[in-house]
Amino acid sequence: MTTIWIAVIGTSFIAFGLKYLGHSVPEKYLKNERMLRINTLIPIVLLSALVGVQTVAEKSKLVIDQRLAGVVVACIALALKAPYFVVVISAALTSAAIYNFN
Amino acid sequence: MSSVNRATVTQSLSVSFTVGLYGTAFGAAGVAAGFSILQTCLLSLLTFSGASQFAVVGVIGAGGSAISGIATASLLGIRNGLYGLRMAPILNIRGLRRVVAAQITIDESTGVAIGQEDLGPDAMKHGFWLTGFGVYFFWNLFTLAGALGAQAMGNPSAWGLDAAVPAAFLGLVWPRLHGNFERALAITAVILALSLTPFVAAGIPIIATALLAVAFGWKVRR
Repeated sequence: MTTIWIAVIGTSFIAFGLKYLGHSVPEKYLKNERMLRINTLIPIVLLSALVGVQTVAEKSKLVIDQRLAGVVVACIALALKAPYFVVVISAALTSAAIYNFN
Repeated sequence: MSSVNRATVTQSLSVSFTVGLYGTAFGAAGVAAGFSILQTCLLSLLTFSGASQFAVVGVIGAGGSAISGIATASLLGIRNGLYGLRMAPILNIRGLRRVVAAQITIDESTGVAIGQEDLGPDAMKHGFWLTGFGVYFFWNLFTLAGALGAQAMGNPSAWGLDAAVPAAFLGLVWPRLHGNFERALAITAVILALSLTPFVAAGIPIIATALLAVAFGWKVRR
């Protein structure tokens, strides 16, 4: 087997295992008040961190570029209670405009 | 199932399509890294976790070993396990349905689910399934297009996808940031992840923020 096949199969196997593991934690461990609070906060912190990383990280460097402008515009749209697709499209248009005309 | 809220459907489809389009970039990246079209498409079908997929083709394409490719990809896959922890009690399913749910437990499906919290647990379930299947469909379709050489579509920056994807996630988290507590938590998470980014392996900056959830959630709030 080639390196690539091993990588494809190994990555897929572990990716599914990690996903399934999360779903398999017995509910009794998640039922107490403290775990409920923590568990509710986990996706909020992970997705917030993801937004930060996707906006200014480039591999292991921090870079300020058109992405940040797009996300700032999305913040403004959200603050103005714009519909969801307007938020996404305004970010895309801002970022694409800066990227293409720079 | 109760009737599906229209706002939930719109949001699920918006996320699925936006993120799905990014699949062209992955398809192009896979082939450029020396993966065959079949191998590239199998990653999208089986691994189905964008960050992990980009990581493994990046490592192998740069001449890395299979083990280092798998390890890097797996670090990025850990957060899906944490999402499962949140989604399992809401979905409350067993057997084959749990297997299917696990495979589609990713940033997007979890994000749309928590974005529907104000609409109740049914809307959260609908958001999870619709987005999970929606992303699965579009991500795989566009991976194939990218792998087949849709080079014109291969640069996500040229059409703003590089900002559309974080904006899409921001829009999902936004309704959860209604209080000062949640805002402080989210900002701290961004600061922590970005401060770690230059120093640790990809994937760790994001999962490290789970510790903030533990710290902030430990004590009862007023």
